[in-house]
Amino acid sequence: MKRSNAPIFWSLFGAGGILSALIGPALVFITGIAAPSGLLLPRDTMSYSHMLAFAQHWAGKGFVFIVISLFLWHGAHRIFHSLHDLGIPTGTGAKLACYGPALLGTIVATVALLALQF
Amino acid sequence: MSARRPYVRSMDGWWRRNPFFIVYMIREATAVLVVAYAVVLLFGVVRLAQGEAAYDGWLTALQSPWSLAFHLVLLASFVYHTWSWFSIMPKTMPMILIGGKKLQPGVITGVGLAVSAIACAALFVLVMKLAS
Repeated sequence: MKRSNAPIFWSLFGAGGILSALIGPALVFITGIAAPSGLLLPRDTMSYSHMLAFAQHWAGKGFVFIVISLFLWHGAHRIFHSLHDLGIPTGTGAKLACYGPALLGTIVATVALLALQF
Repeated sequence: MSARRPYVRSMDGWWRRNPFFIVYMIREATAVLVVAYAVVLLFGVVRLAQGEAAYDGWLTALQSPWSLAFHLVLLASFVYHTWSWFSIMPKTMPMILIGGKKLQPGVITGVGLAVSAIACAALFVLVMKLAS
């Protein structure tokens, strides 16, 4: 019997779902509201030098990679399984259209993070 | 080709007919905003790799009123995602028995939300300390 690949996608969905549920609100508030507006955080929190140092540290690099890739795979999986509810046929094409961008985003994030070096 | 053309009831907007399914669809729709936020961060990382001028452009875009408004929508969506994630968690995880009694759904949801609140506060304090 051919093994199903569903557990892989489901695991990525679950991991991204729990991570975004645990720290997603704080992340959005920090990177999208508090730091850019200077509200509660210094305006240079996300300055080029700070973020470069963060992304060059192995822990910062890993964190950014995990957040971006897992959020993408979480969303892709959930959107894929909602297509049927919206009356859109869920074949191989739909699967590629959902998981393809998540894979592409993961690759782009990997390349960019490696280009930043350690 | 069949000459029979049986009546098939339209399923358009089926979920709008029942509040339970509206809530379900809102929950599923948070996925779109989670992806949108990941794309914002992805652009930031790519711009960072392209150098200071490119990154500052991304940072300036983040400071625009449009971006702040968009992130408020994202924030609301993420908070809702957190709430709904732990609300359905009792149904998605295996049953836990403690002393022969089933762990109540409300306890699982409550613990999840509390851990989430602590994690968010801890992350914010950590960033605050690192930034100052």
